[in-house]
Amino acid sequence: MLRHILSKKNKVLLNELVRTDFKLRYQGSALGYAWSLLRPLMLFLILYLVFARFIRVGDSVPHFPVYLLLGIVLWNFFAEMTSMSLGSIVGRGDLIRKIRIPRWIIVSSSSLSAVINLGLNMLIVLVFVIVNRVDLLQTSLWLPLIIIEMYLFALGISLILAAAFVKYRDVSYVWEVTTQGLFYLTPVLYPLALIKNEFYQKILLMSPMGQTIQDARYALITHETLTTTQVYGSPWWRIVPVGISLLVLFLGIWYFRSQSKYFAENI
Amino acid sequence: MDNEVSDQNAITVTSLSKSFKLPHEKLSSIKSTVLNFYKRRSYEQQRVLHDISFEVKKGEFFGIVGRNGSGKSTLLKILAGIYSADKGDVIVNGLLTPFIELGVGFNPELTGRENVYLNGALLGFDRREMSKMYDGIVEFAELERFMDQKLKNYSSGMQVRLAFSIAIRAKSDILLIDEVLAVGDAAFQQKCFDVFAKLKKDGTTIILVTHDMGSVLRFCDRAMLIDKGDVIKIGNPHQVADTYLELNYNPAKKDKEMQKSIDKKKKEPAIKNVSISGLEKEEKHRFLPGEKARVCIKFKNNSQKKPLHFGLQIFSENGTYCFGTNSNISGLGAYKSQKENDEVFVDLGLDLVPGTYSVTAALMNESATTVYSYRDQACKFRIIKNTQNDGIALLSVDWQLDKLNKK
Repeated sequence: MLRHILSKKNKVLLNELVRTDFKLRYQGSALGYAWSLLRPLMLFLILYLVFARFIRVGDSVPHFPVYLLLGIVLWNFFAEMTSMSLGSIVGRGDLIRKIRIPRWIIVSSSSLSAVINLGLNMLIVLVFVIVNRVDLLQTSLWLPLIIIEMYLFALGISLILAAAFVKYRDVSYVWEVTTQGLFYLTPVLYPLALIKNEFYQKILLMSPMGQTIQDARYALITHETLTTTQVYGSPWWRIVPVGISLLVLFLGIWYFRSQSKYFAENI
Repeated sequence: MDNEVSDQNAITVTSLSKSFKLPHEKLSSIKSTVLNFYKRRSYEQQRVLHDISFEVKKGEFFGIVGRNGSGKSTLLKILAGIYSADKGDVIVNGLLTPFIELGVGFNPELTGRENVYLNGALLGFDRREMSKMYDGIVEFAELERFMDQKLKNYSSGMQVRLAFSIAIRAKSDILLIDEVLAVGDAAFQQKCFDVFAKLKKDGTTIILVTHDMGSVLRFCDRAMLIDKGDVIKIGNPHQVADTYLELNYNPAKKDKEMQKSIDKKKKEPAIKNVSISGLEKEEKHRFLPGEKARVCIKFKNNSQKKPLHFGLQIFSENGTYCFGTNSNISGLGAYKSQKENDEVFVDLGLDLVPGTYSVTAALMNESATTVYSYRDQACKFRIIKNTQNDGIALLSVDWQLDKLNKK
């Protein structure tokens, strides 16, 4: 099964689709690929001015601008991957209707494009980690694992959205609003400690995005942030958001597989 | 025993059926789905393919013909694994590559070079393999100077050439080809034919889906005719061509009605029917090269009973204008008809090469300058193959090799 999925033909195709996505992303812009790095840089500048100079919402958190940047970069990864995957099947309708390629490759390629972008953004985060003289924490080793969890969760959602969008075009609007809602329900812009009610804190950490973003900040930037361990008093509560991620992933795979037979007819 | 038989087959299709659900009102939003959840959804079940069975032997050049809407493209897509069948089995024995359209996945914003690699990946070639083939592809497409330009600046002919030269690199046991020949000029088509001939020689199984009987007659070992989702005939291409011709003999109803309404409006003499027969007026659509045929033009005259001239044109199946004449240039005076419904005959010597042809007839005024009524492709006939000569006209040939040598 796995050998079939990772056959040479599939790998070649995936590689080429991701390359194409990347080449076309900044097509026609004067600065081209530089935008991949310029965007997070400019984003940081804005965050720094607004949250570290004007509002001072996170004075209690050490290195708050970098802390904020990491959260936003991770959130953007999730939002970008899901929204790009959503339209990927319909957008590649010409391929699906005319040649035989595994349908999942199309969603995988748009998800990998998002991963590449995340990688570039993380480079900028690292630059600011160094510039801000953030102490290198041993817990940083956990970061890849945290990002993998986030990727699997986002992949599950992407598969569901991409398959559903073929049948119901309103999915894109529903998801747009949902992403906005989730954004505010995830401690991205504000430190979790700002919410005084412990019950709400617990709820926000049940969501895979809340848990992973807080864990990533704890792992890379500062231990003075609230993660599942502190709020629940035990690291084992992470089983719930991790379980949700895996559940969503399997649900996504199941739904996508059951629908993919009819993509060519329904697009 | 069973295994032996299936080993010789490249493709075995047994009682394949496919239908599409066409909802009367398309439910493509969640709201309408929710609102209509309890209502019975009304939809039309459109049967596209009905209980189709056939086999394609290894190394065979197999043609699937049918008119537009006959289900041939759906069948091709099921064979290619793009659509899934409702019922029945498709057993494919070997690596299959479909060419439903040339240049699938071409991106206009990428350069020709980048598109070559992208398209190659769709066929399963990695970058290293493509680099080896790259020069050959570009040379075959005759696009050396253009490879670093964006594809959007290519003409459509250039795009097709590029796509085709990549496509023929596919290593595959079975090729599915859908009307690829329809695009491109004559020189390009010749190139395609040469490639197919070579592939066939190398033992590739080729399945060609088309409505052009000409290419089926020219290439295929066997052919299958489908109409309205049913297999009408499977057999040698000549027999299939005859059946296909009968299906096509009556031009589309819609065209007829449209023509009628135009004729009525003009209140001028109008052609009612054009038919072709043998000299003894026996019904006949197949002729030998050089045989005589009689074309009958039935027409309705108006009250004024104007003197008339008649015109005829012969077109080959791919639309080439082969021959045209009218009674004026044949040196005849205008025909004075006294009856309201009249008919005239013209005998033609069909010095044409084998193929399918159509007759277009016209009714003109006294000086043969104004056309009153016109029937495009009013009837068809076929010249059967008893000669290997090629082209559009059958000239008399008399080689003088010996005499020249003696001198």
